[in-house]
Amino acid sequence: MTKVTMTVNGKAVSGDVEGRTLLSSFLREDQGLTGTHIGCDTSQCGACVVHVDGQAVKSCTMLAAEADGATVDTIEGQANADGSLNVIQQAFQDHHGLQCGFCTPGMVMSAAALLKENPKPSEAEVREYLEGNICRCTGYHNIVKAIMAASGQDVPALAAE
Amino acid sequence: MYDFDVEKPGTIAEAATAMGVEDAQALGGGQTLIPTLKQRLASPSKLVSLSSVAEMQGITKEGDTLRIGGATTHAAVAADGSYPALSALASNIGDPAVRNRGTIAGSLANNDPAACYPAAALASGATIITNTREIAADDYFQGMFDTALDEGEIITAVKFPIPQAANYQKFVQPASRFALVGVFVAKLADGVRVAVTGASNEGVFRWTEAEGALSTDFSASALDGLSVSPDNMITDLHGSATYRAHLVKVMTGRAVTAAS
Ligand SMILES: Cc1cc2nc3c(=O)[nH]c(=O)nc-3n(C[C@H](O)[C@H](O)[C@H](O)COP(=O)(O)OP(=O)(O)OC[C@H]3O[C@@H](n4cnc5c(N)ncnc54)[C@H](O)[C@@H]3O)c2cc1C
Ligand code: FES
Ligand code: FES
Repeated sequence: MTKVTMTVNGKAVSGDVEGRTLLSSFLREDQGLTGTHIGCDTSQCGACVVHVDGQAVKSCTMLAAEADGATVDTIEGQANADGSLNVIQQAFQDHHGLQCGFCTPGMVMSAAALLKENPKPSEAEVREYLEGNICRCTGYHNIVKAIMAASGQDVPALAAE
Repeated sequence: MYDFDVEKPGTIAEAATAMGVEDAQALGGGQTLIPTLKQRLASPSKLVSLSSVAEMQGITKEGDTLRIGGATTHAAVAADGSYPALSALASNIGDPAVRNRGTIAGSLANNDPAACYPAAALASGATIITNTREIAADDYFQGMFDTALDEGEIITAVKFPIPQAANYQKFVQPASRFALVGVFVAKLADGVRVAVTGASNEGVFRWTEAEGALSTDFSASALDGLSVSPDNMITDLHGSATYRAHLVKVMTGRAVTAAS
């Protein structure tokens, strides 16, 4: 076991991990932050996306030991200080960007990374950025609408409607 | 996963020493290795994480040569732009989260038969630099998942000559987002090189007939009389050998058109 220390959602945390402990396991099992979801074993679904030093990564495909010393942001840290939903989360609710909600933490974290990099993305850019986030329920249209709305742009009339 | 130790060396020399232990394995971005470990397809005693090795980070342009540190992420290559076709290739690997972690050395060391970087390295005539030697791309790729690397050898950098014109065309396999067939065409001072990924049971290969035709006439129509044999091409549920052989010519033509 080795000791790791990181800043998770603004708070300094530490814990003992095995070499094989994934960042996702550390967050969920050691820190109790179960908002980060595990949807696959193949690094393809994106339900586990968190930010490490500001960059979107799949927490199921990074070792906790590699995140030692890093700043990690998860879905639990996204709400506003008063507990209300942040702009992206609120837009997902307003535009029905979720059904079962399983993919939503990863979708919101990917959306946050996209909007930081590209505050006014086109619809195509939103879809391309979400390539690594799989949703089994919504068919993506409402997720795309939510992200367009969160960026302060008009919500497009989408092709398949 | 079986358990293993993790070491995080800060220099190439320390990394090489760490790799000296039996069953030690290099860890780049982990975007291939960690899923492999989850399936218990590998059981290293120790992973040597290369992401903290500063000498292996970053991109420098020296004249007409681009040197990319082995631990440089796909996202960093995508953002660079000094070799536009290479940056475009990197920007289409997997998805943003994969590109934020995955590294050029990890991709070249793995030599997946459907990976993108091997096509760029082979078509550009790149040089693979390791902790012990320099290997020409022509000698480096030795078949599916097979390379010239020795046990414990670390790719520290890759040197690309920047071609006069180049382009990569990837026919995406939508489930994996790897290449069903990908073709990288590079027009260099001494001729055209064409490298194909995704198609062959032998991994990445050069389509020498097309290189000859394109070196005389760099246009898609120069390929008209050529055909690609489906012998030894991959057949799987995404496409037959014949389909892949057909795609090689189509994607080569598109790459030439886009490059010219
Ligand atoms: C969802 C998804 C989609 C993907 N799509 C694509 C795609 O479209 N195209 C594509 O090309 N790839 C794709 N990949 C693979 C991705 O590019 C990987 O990042 C890459 O293949 C491996 O690089 P890595 O740095 O993650 O290496 P790792 O996974 O850490 O390592 C891979 C192998 O290389 C060895 N290794 C790592 N670094 C070194 C080094 N410096 N020297 C010697 N050996 C080393 C390791 O020991 C291991 O055997 C995808 C991956 C995922 C998960
Ligand atoms: S759990 Fe599916 S990508 Fe991480
Ligand atoms: S809302 Fe159910 S998986 Fe996306």
